Order: sequence, then C-alpha cells, then structure tokens
Amino acid sequence: MYKIVKKQELTTNIYLMEVEAKRVAKSCLPGQFVIVRMDENGERIPLTICDYNREQGTITIVFQTIGAGTKMMAKLEEGDSFHDFVGPLGCPSEFCKEDIETLKKKRILFVAGGVGAAPVYPQVKWLHEQGIAADVIVGSKTQSLLILEKEMEAVAGNLYVTTDDGSYGRSGMVTKAIEDLVGEGKQYDVCVAIGPMIMMKFVCLTTKKLEIPTVVSLNPIMVDGTGMCGACRVTVGGKIRFACVDGPEFDGHQVNFDEAMRRQTIYKTAEGRALLQLEEGDTHHGNCGVCH
Amino acid sequence: MDVLTKVPVREQEAQVRAKNFEEVCLGYNMEEAVAESQRCINCKNAQCVKGCPVAIDIPGFISKVKTGDIAGAYQVISESSALPAVCGRVCPQETQCEGKCLRGIKGDPVSIGKLERFVADWARENGIKPQCNTAKNGKKVAVIGSGPAGLTCAGDLARMGYDVTIFEALHEAGGVLVYGIPEFRLPKKAVVAKEIENVKALGVKIETNVIIGKSVTIDELMEEEGFEAVFIGSGAGLPKFMGIPGENNNGVFSANEYLTRSNLMKAFDENSTTPIMRGKKVAVVGGGNVAMDAARTALRLGAEVHIVYRRSEEELPARVEEVHHAKEEGIIFDLLTNPIEILADEKGWVNGMKCIRMQLGEPDDSGRRRPVEIEGSEFVMELDTVIMALGTSPNPLISSTTAGLEVNKHRCIVAEESDGKTSKAGVFAGGDAVTGAATVILAMGAGKAAAKGIDEYLSK
Repeated sequence: MYKIVKKQELTTNIYLMEVEAKRVAKSCLPGQFVIVRMDENGERIPLTICDYNREQGTITIVFQTIGAGTKMMAKLEEGDSFHDFVGPLGCPSEFCKEDIETLKKKRILFVAGGVGAAPVYPQVKWLHEQGIAADVIVGSKTQSLLILEKEMEAVAGNLYVTTDDGSYGRSGMVTKAIEDLVGEGKQYDVCVAIGPMIMMKFVCLTTKKLEIPTVVSLNPIMVDGTGMCGACRVTVGGKIRFACVDGPEFDGHQVNFDEAMRRQTIYKTAEGRALLQLEEGDTHHGNCGVCH
Repeated sequence: MDVLTKVPVREQEAQVRAKNFEEVCLGYNMEEAVAESQRCINCKNAQCVKGCPVAIDIPGFISKVKTGDIAGAYQVISESSALPAVCGRVCPQETQCEGKCLRGIKGDPVSIGKLERFVADWARENGIKPQCNTAKNGKKVAVIGSGPAGLTCAGDLARMGYDVTIFEALHEAGGVLVYGIPEFRLPKKAVVAKEIENVKALGVKIETNVIIGKSVTIDELMEEEGFEAVFIGSGAGLPKFMGIPGENNNGVFSANEYLTRSNLMKAFDENSTTPIMRGKKVAVVGGGNVAMDAARTALRLGAEVHIVYRRSEEELPARVEEVHHAKEEGIIFDLLTNPIEILADEKGWVNGMKCIRMQLGEPDDSGRRRPVEIEGSEFVMELDTVIMALGTSPNPLISSTTAGLEVNKHRCIVAEESDGKTSKAGVFAGGDAVTGAATVILAMGAGKAAAKGIDEYLSK
C-alpha cells in the first residue's frame, strides 16, 4: 500500500497528492510517469510525476478529475493509501542525459498548458538545480485554473503566465505568447511543450514556423505501461512508437497529433467527451472528424 | 471398457459456453480419473517423462491415482512442478508427454494432462499443500517476473533452501497466466491464485509493482540489496503489428491489449471499471493460441468472430484442441487470407478490412509452405474491430539497463539452455525473454533448469 501523506486541491477539479513510494522516489527522473490503482478493482491510471523527494521516499502527483476513476481518486484523503503505485515508467527527459556544460549553453523554453504545468515543473526544477535557468510559459483558460505558479516562479528563469481570457498575466493562448516572446527578440534553441494534445499540436505548428526544435510529452491510453499492450502506440515520423517505453517524450514536429487525438477517444463515453469539451473548449465540437 | 480409448472428459456445451466465461473443460471426477489411470501400463523406460519439459514422474503419480492415493500423487507431481493445475489445463500434452505415450501407438494415449489436472484440483479442494522441509541457507536470489518461468524457478530454489523474492511489474502475480490466458481456459481466482499461494507457502516472497530496469536495476539488486543471483523471466514483450495502412485506426487492438483488459482488468465483467471494445464483427489476425484466446473472448463478448490466417488449417500454430473448441463455439476460420489494409470511416473508426486470398507455394525456412498472394483476389470484409495476434518482440527494459547482458540479433537475452546462464555473472534467464513467445511449460522447463544452474553457481 502506498500512503498519501499530503493532499491539496490546487483549483477546481485539480488535485495534488504526495504519496509514499520509496522505490519510485529513489529512481525517478523528470519526464517519467507512474501508474496508480486506488483499490483492488480500480483502473490503472497513468499520471505524470510532478515532484519527488528522495529522502522522504515520496512522489507528488497532480491530476484532474476527468473520468470516473479520477473522480473516485479525488475522494482519497491524507492517511489513505493507493492499492498500487508503480514506476517510474517511460524514459527520462532527453536533457537528463546531456552534458551539463553543453546544456548550459542552450536557451530552453518550456510551454505548459493547463495541468501540463505539473509535468513541466520537475523538469524546470531539475535544470534549476543544475544552475540552468529556463524560460517558462504557463497557459491557463482563466486565472482561477492556474496551478503551481509560485512553485514555478521559484525555479524558472523567466515565468510568463498567459490566460485565454486575459484575466491574469498575458492575454491569449500559449502559441501567442511564444510568438510574442520571439517577436520581443527572445531566441530559443529548444522548446518543451506539455499539455492537452490539441495545445501541443498547435505549439508544434508555431515552433515549426519559428524553427525551434520541440519536444512534447504524450499521454495516450495505456494499460500496463511497460511495453506489453501496445495501446499507447503513436505514429512519430511515420513509424509506430510505444509512448510507454519509447516515450513519453517525442519530437513534436514528427508526431501525428490528429491520429493521437483520435486514438484518445477510443473508450470515451459521452460523459467523458463532454468533459473534454468543457476543458478544451470547442476544439471538441465533434464535427471536425478528428474525434468521435 | 475399451482399453484403447481414453475416458472422455466432460465439457460445457459449446452453445452454452460461447456465452459465458466459465471454464470450458470440467475435468475428471474420481471415478473417471481412476478408470483412466488404469490405462497406464507403467513403462519401465517411460517415454512420457522424456516428453515433459519439467520431467514429472508421470508413471509414478499415475500409479498413486490407480490406488486412489491422490494426495500421494500430488506430492509426486509437486516434486517436479509448482503449477500442476495450470499445466494440466494449458500444456500441449499432445506433442509432449501424451505424444510419446506407448498407448498412443494403437489407440488414444493416456490422458496424462487431464489426470494431472484432476490430482491438482483434488489437492487444492482438499487443502493439501506441497511439502517443503528444507532448512533455509540464507542466500538471497531475485526472480524477475512472476509468470510460469519465474514461479517455477522461485519454487524450486525455495525448496533448495534459498531466500527468494519475485519482482512483478504488474499489480498482480502470475504473468501470462493472469493477463494472457482467458478465464474460460484457466480460472484466475480458483486456480492460478491458489497455485501462486502454494509457491508463497514454500517461503517465496512476491513484490508487485516493481519494474526491473526502471524501479530498480539488476546491478542495484545485486550490489545494494544483497541478492547473490538473479533469474530473468520477464516474458515476451512488445506486440507486433503488420505494418499495413490503417493499423492505428480506432478499433484495431493488439491481442495483448484486448486480453489484458479482459483477463487482468476483468473488463468482461460489466462491473469492471476498465473498458473494452465490444465489437459486433471482429477479425482476429493470426493463428496461434493467443489468436484463439482473443477470438473466443470476443465471441463471449457478443461478436461474430473470424480468424484470418494467411496459411491453411494444417499450418495453424495453435493447439488442435484450441482450434477444435473455437470451431465448436462458432468461430469462423478465413484461412489462406491476408489483410492488406484496414479501412475506416471519416472519423477514423474501423469499418472494414481489405484482404487478399493466398495459396501455398514452396516450403520456406520454417519448413512450412510459403503463402503467396493470388493476384487480383482482393476483397473487403466489413467489420468494426480488428485484433492483431502476430506474436511479440522482446521488451528492452531489462537488456537496455543491464550492462554486460548479451542479447541476440532478435534482442532476446542469450542464455544457456542447460542452466540458464547468461553473459553476466550471477544472472540467469529463461522463458519467453530468451526464446521469444513460446508455451507455459517450456518457460517452466527453463525456470527449472535455471534454478539448478543458480544452485550450482551459489554452491561453488
């Protein structure tokens, strides 16, 4: 059993939990994820790692209540336990393997959309610990849905918050913020974008135009997460890749996002699609042929 | 009674079982088992034992059954096999023990598998456990994977006195026995879980949710956690796809995904929180045991099911019994047929599969006649679900994180067949991780050989 030592509602429907999982905390790196099951009949739910504490043997996860499984999970309290908590899964971020001196010369831009701020945070923090200051754009629909702002501010070089409705920080989508920053004279060697598929797709269209190599972190449907089931297959550069063992990070300019978004809807119920629409706006109006 | 004919085994009616997930074969009762056991002529130089990858003393246990001493028969089997209730159900006996049985020359071979199953089931129902009286030697051995290879290796090592811990990546122990083989062939709670409990009763510890190569590496296990030897029985790995257009359309699944959802996650049960696609018309591509399992699962979930296989019936790699059961239940076999494209509607959901007819040409490397396309014979099957059961390729998680562990050109771990020894000192391997996808009993045989190899290595 994996005990929840801290629980916090970051904003409506987004929860943070710090969970005891010694083996995961000892070996995980930024970019990796875990799979949790809340009870012995629960679904296996993949979640990105938001933070880790090697001394205390804990992992911080952040999740949004989307389906029945995450809604049930949100009811767990401090002192309760997850039945299963396995990881770290997937490959660590590419830069974890890079030479630090080479890395220090790179101008890195992170772009986080919505709950994507959670998986972006440990990457920016890791770089900060190596003495590297990366710029971070955090986008949110509106001010009240913004998460981890203070935490991000503490580790980012420059933090640019943008809200779709202009209620806080800059106004507009993250793609606009990227174009604005570049327009203001900023130059970047690499961009890491994490958020909803639709956001990553448009960030990639923007950065392709701006000729900034871009890494994205995909969150397709998964069952085992260890390379056995193939549910998480995505097409990258025309080839089938498994997000759980080959990813979750890929060259964003090579990813077939339309296919990936379509595949995300395989098991979506009407309820799930409605929620997706609520979160991602009229990108999910059901008429574009991308989803079902 | 005709001594040349085996005692028939009772099964659920095909029409009934096609709609439920209860076990197909009902097994022998005491009377039937004793009657069948009388057919064994107790050969001095028993060929059946030579046909068994774990070398069970088959005439030995059958002679106990003859006298009604089922508990005694169970102890005889337990000396060689940790999973008799599993093997009695899923072993391809027709090519192993029963294939060598002298009775088979003139008539039916003795139903060794069904007798093994009866003994194991009787022992379980009567609360009899395998005995282990060996003193512990205090040496720690790690076993990676709790499938048939790992459980066998762990059970044997525990019997020799080793302190064994199995590390399992999934949340439940059993490997392919729980995620791969369906309930109707191998009941999970009633049979698999109980056999795993028996292995634990020998003193084996099982730690679930640990992915070797990610949560902890083999080197860390040996250097930091005090394990003196490691056995890798991590199984087959990544599902293969055909590489034809449309394979990522919604409604195309690997057999691994489909079966894992149904078996491990219990998606066949309406109360399960894990979803599964309940197609109306399903094509399963492939002709092995996994293809049969996927097809029969889809049938039970309410679909019209077609097996699509590019060679002819003779070349089907699945066990004859599985093919026979599948046909009885109403699975349609589209043989000498090969998919060339999966079609979808404007929203990307599968609505058909373009296939081409095949004919058999000259034998290929495998000795089977090579299927060749018949030009101009393309046609479209209308369907909503396609399940690819084409085998697997090795999972790189362990080989890529363990320095000094040699893999072959197929990326399978290289290990000695006789004792499981790999290129890395103290590390042994066996089962599908070494051979590529094979059978439960071959994996068990490899686990057994490795246990002996590990014992020799640690006794030096």
